[in-house]
Amino acid sequence: MSTPAIALKNITKTFGQIVANKNINLSVDAGEIVALLGENGSGKTTLMNMISGIYFPDEGQIFINGEEVVIKSPKDAFKHGIGMIHQHFKLVELFSAAENVALGLQEKGKYDIRQVSAKVREITERYGFDIDPEKKIYEMSVSEKQTVEIIKVLYRGANILILDEPTAVLTPQETQKLFAVLRKMKQDGKSIIIITHKLHEVLAISDNVAVLRKGQYIGTVKTSDTNESQLTEMMVGKKIDLNIERSEPELSTDRLIVRGVDITNHDGVKVLDDVSFTAKSGEILGIAGIAGSGQKELLEAIAGLQKLDGGEIGYVNPATGVEEDLRNKTPMQIRELGVRLSFVPEDRLGMGLVGNMDIIDNMMLRSYKKGKSVFVERKGPRELADKVISDLEVVTPGPTTPVRRLSGGNVQKVLVGREIASAPTVLMAAYPVRGLDINSSYAIYNLLNDQKKNGVAVIFVGEDLDVLIELCDRILVLCAGRVTGILDGRTADKSEIGMLMTKQTGGKNDGKTE
Amino acid sequence: MAKQNKVHEPPFHIVKRPAIARWKALLIRAVAILAALAVSSLVLFVLTKKSPLEAMKLVYEASFGAYNKSSELGFFAQILTGRKFWAMLQELSMLLVIGLAVTPAFKMKYWNLGAQGQVLFGGLCSVAVMFYLNKGYWETHKWLVVVLMLAAAMVGGVVWAVIPAIFKARWNTNESLFTLMMNYIAIQLVSCMINVWVPTGSSVMGVVNQTTQIGWMPTMVFPESWGMSPSAKNYFFNIIIVVLLTVVMYVYLRYSKHGYELSVVGESVNTANYIGINVKKVIIRTLVFSGLLCGVSGFLLVSGTDHSITTGLDRGYGFTAIIVAWLAKFNPLMMVLTSFLIVFLDKGASDIAMNMGFNESVGEIISGIIILFIIGCEFFINYRIVKTHREG
Amino acid sequence: MPAIVTKIIAFLAAAVVQGIPLIYGSTGEIITEKSGHLNLGIPGIMYMGGISGIIGGYLYEHFSPAPIGIVAVLISLVSSLLGSALLALIYSFLTVTLRANQNVTGLSLTIFGVGVGNFFGGSLLKFFGESGSIYLATTSAAYRTTIPFLSKIPVVGTLFFSYGFLAYLAVVIALLASRFLNKTRAGLSLRAVGESPATADAAGVNVTAYKYLATLIGGMIAGLGGLYFVMDATGGGWTNGGFGDKGWLAIAIVIFALWKPKNSIFCSFIFGGLYILCVYIPGLSAPMKEVIKMMPYVVTVAVLIFISIRNKRENLPPASLGVSYFREER
Repeated sequence: MSTPAIALKNITKTFGQIVANKNINLSVDAGEIVALLGENGSGKTTLMNMISGIYFPDEGQIFINGEEVVIKSPKDAFKHGIGMIHQHFKLVELFSAAENVALGLQEKGKYDIRQVSAKVREITERYGFDIDPEKKIYEMSVSEKQTVEIIKVLYRGANILILDEPTAVLTPQETQKLFAVLRKMKQDGKSIIIITHKLHEVLAISDNVAVLRKGQYIGTVKTSDTNESQLTEMMVGKKIDLNIERSEPELSTDRLIVRGVDITNHDGVKVLDDVSFTAKSGEILGIAGIAGSGQKELLEAIAGLQKLDGGEIGYVNPATGVEEDLRNKTPMQIRELGVRLSFVPEDRLGMGLVGNMDIIDNMMLRSYKKGKSVFVERKGPRELADKVISDLEVVTPGPTTPVRRLSGGNVQKVLVGREIASAPTVLMAAYPVRGLDINSSYAIYNLLNDQKKNGVAVIFVGEDLDVLIELCDRILVLCAGRVTGILDGRTADKSEIGMLMTKQTGGKNDGKTE
Repeated sequence: MAKQNKVHEPPFHIVKRPAIARWKALLIRAVAILAALAVSSLVLFVLTKKSPLEAMKLVYEASFGAYNKSSELGFFAQILTGRKFWAMLQELSMLLVIGLAVTPAFKMKYWNLGAQGQVLFGGLCSVAVMFYLNKGYWETHKWLVVVLMLAAAMVGGVVWAVIPAIFKARWNTNESLFTLMMNYIAIQLVSCMINVWVPTGSSVMGVVNQTTQIGWMPTMVFPESWGMSPSAKNYFFNIIIVVLLTVVMYVYLRYSKHGYELSVVGESVNTANYIGINVKKVIIRTLVFSGLLCGVSGFLLVSGTDHSITTGLDRGYGFTAIIVAWLAKFNPLMMVLTSFLIVFLDKGASDIAMNMGFNESVGEIISGIIILFIIGCEFFINYRIVKTHREG
Repeated sequence: MPAIVTKIIAFLAAAVVQGIPLIYGSTGEIITEKSGHLNLGIPGIMYMGGISGIIGGYLYEHFSPAPIGIVAVLISLVSSLLGSALLALIYSFLTVTLRANQNVTGLSLTIFGVGVGNFFGGSLLKFFGESGSIYLATTSAAYRTTIPFLSKIPVVGTLFFSYGFLAYLAVVIALLASRFLNKTRAGLSLRAVGESPATADAAGVNVTAYKYLATLIGGMIAGLGGLYFVMDATGGGWTNGGFGDKGWLAIAIVIFALWKPKNSIFCSFIFGGLYILCVYIPGLSAPMKEVIKMMPYVVTVAVLIFISIRNKRENLPPASLGVSYFREER
């Protein structure tokens, strides 16, 4: 047996009380591509950050070509020939590709950008990249930027490449190009670790697949010996019973109708593609999907924070039964239409709340404009703050404490408490239990259930499939901005959702899908 | 795992504080001010050979007047009727009012460095009214001239403040550089107009309407028996207006819907969008208000103080006011204290220097030292230095 | 030679003299801003550079029985650099290490620096029991030494060779700064620090060191502008507020030059020219003179608006200008 190019033995890493990685083992040979598979929060990125020197493991050993090494900074990682291509590019937008490559290089001799450019060209020719070294980053497409990141790593002579979800931002065609490059590097004897959720890509590109689940190492399988359903099962695991209550929807009528919504983001990537669904009163509609599949844009579009490129969003007024058009209206205009829409955004302190303001002032965010007076009225918000604090058991020294001082769970309670206080008819919540402990999570589930019983149309974006299956009446699955299925929460099967989440509908690129 | 402990790192590192007890924050600031005072008295000692105690006495007297034992008036009565005290209050008010003017914009994180220009242009408009409307009808309607001067000053201040704001809102033009340039355009405009109005070429405006006193802020009439100094009479209304404006600004920021909106915009544009605040509108509206107050400051300086205009009308307070507002964390009531601190030290240090035949600029040196210390101490309020230790 | 030509040449030479401090100031500010720091203390630092040079030169001339020109230059040059370095160091300590607000810190430093300048400029002699105003004969004569023979050539001599060495040094420094920013590894790193400190940090660039060095060196360069003004342009004396608002003008030039030191040379001469143009145009009314003096600022505003509307990335201020960098830890 040959010595692996890189081997991890029993790596463990904790952040506070959260165990991000526990006893992970992984090895990659030279000329091999290993796919690292796992759901969000399964610890893939943490693990890779330890190899690339951003974090330092609490326990465990790393071997490069059979020798134990200590990697305590990105510089050390470079030294051992490890290069990581992060999901968020670390490029200076104003610089050309060559300048970005040259930045931080400790080369001997005179600095000459033309030499760097020439060498970059050499690399591009060798691996079949398509990039102009003199082009500025801000003029580049996402895939070109990614190419620059890869060239940066290759230029520094990396033999072990780690790619963190490289295809998340690429079109199928660009993905194909990337894979071709990866295969060439493999022939060149490089070791490649690729993080991805997309099963068909895993099957198409990798030699071996290592699976993580909730920080645990599940195992490694040979790609040629496995299939999508086995991988899905390894990734999502067996269903766990959470005992979240779920009542039968009563008097359910259409409340929010989304028809064929398209959204293209700044980078020109289509983040929502022909999305259609109906949210009904008195039910919880779950939205499942890998992070970044368009959930954020979908909710923001409904809330009036995103411009649509196509499609329409209609709201059926429960009092009159008339359908209002919400398309491209501002949040203020939507409210003026009499639409009582509440939105618990993913970024609680950056969007939903103002961290430096106290609980009372945060309660006012939605309601401060009421009335003709030029002054804000704080009596109502104060009562509301007291009510939210006592009803939701918010742990705080008092209602005049700035919300940034509260713990994550309490921040979320304040936000959800405010959003349901306005007696909404539609309540959208994005990852409302992220980072919360068990008790707080159940408190939030109960709140959502109460809203549902009150006849509110609840839209719940979640990442834990067990929760989605037990809480929601229907589950809509998004994959790369497309709706890949709408399932009944009572009969849905975890691996079925997992499959839909990773299904590339547009991809006719490999024979192995389905 | 012994190897892992050999990591070379600095022995301590910096982390953001989640929160700090109010008394701790106050203590840190108090220590900083004391340290600054120690350094300042050292500087004063080196420059003037005055012992710190002696210097302190002189600094005190520069603002509150020397205590005259032989006078029949009591200690406080001496202060209240004295010239120095009222002159200090006047300076404090002028610094404070410009500070108030810049506050709403800063709270919104809009860096308006153009208070100087806004005050100057407001003052220029004011002085123009005073200069042209001084005959015939206006001689019998002096109060109307004053009102018109106020209105003109407000319009001037608003115009000067709102131009950069529009570009900021529309094209995100860098407001600090823009407003900075607007200062110098205003300065040149003032020089230009002075030369238009004073054809002799002396480039000095001189007191306008010296005899008729048209366009002059009325003086306060105190009972003769009180023996108030002329400064008290001349500056009384200025000071009262600034007191009122302080309260108005406090209420505006703390209790009005506008104040609430601008704090949300300042804290997070994302949140503002989320709840449907029109950010551009808030930027422009706030700068209208800010400019309005700068105009009022210009009016007070022209009508209530100088009765004339120079390019130094704002007394350099345009910049000092920014610091005053910032040190007070944009709380108008706190700004009374911060502007007092600066005026008190500035006057004191200048007085000492002048008495010794030195140049009054020593006041600026001392203010600079104090401000730099307070700015520096903010770090210890926002961050914490912790010893580095690694688990594992 | 016709009178008009003589006058034009005199004007051009005067524009250069006015422009030199601006080259120093704007080059220093550009280097500082390239590290992501808007140093509004530059006007104060320029005052400081001027007065520190005066103090150094004065002490030497006062205590030396027979002052020698070259020694006087060295002493005042070193004391000037030390003075501006001190202020720049305060600025970088407060804004880099203590992460204080850059605008507030800069403005305070300007208040402080102008105060120090005017205080010592007005009171220095008193410390030594002298009266009158400062005049450094030997030192300024040394600074004003021109190249022999060449400066005597008509027209060309006046235009190109009639200045002291600091004038040529300004152009050299600006050209070197340009070269440094565009043609060296360290320049690349510095630009990266100003554009995106997190990226530079990830690439292994020592962000703190770059910020310190840039603000320090930038400040010292700017300080030389003050030195040139007092020693050469005004001939070794000090008038309170005589340096005026040239520091702010230097900051305006940074915008006008689109953050490129090479451009700042030309821009400084133009601004210097506009600054004194009114003196050389015959028959100009007093108000018109002031209007002409307004031009540099109006033009700068126009440029600022233009680049923000056009929004071309190369012409915008460094992306992280004014923002403190704090490497977050998880």
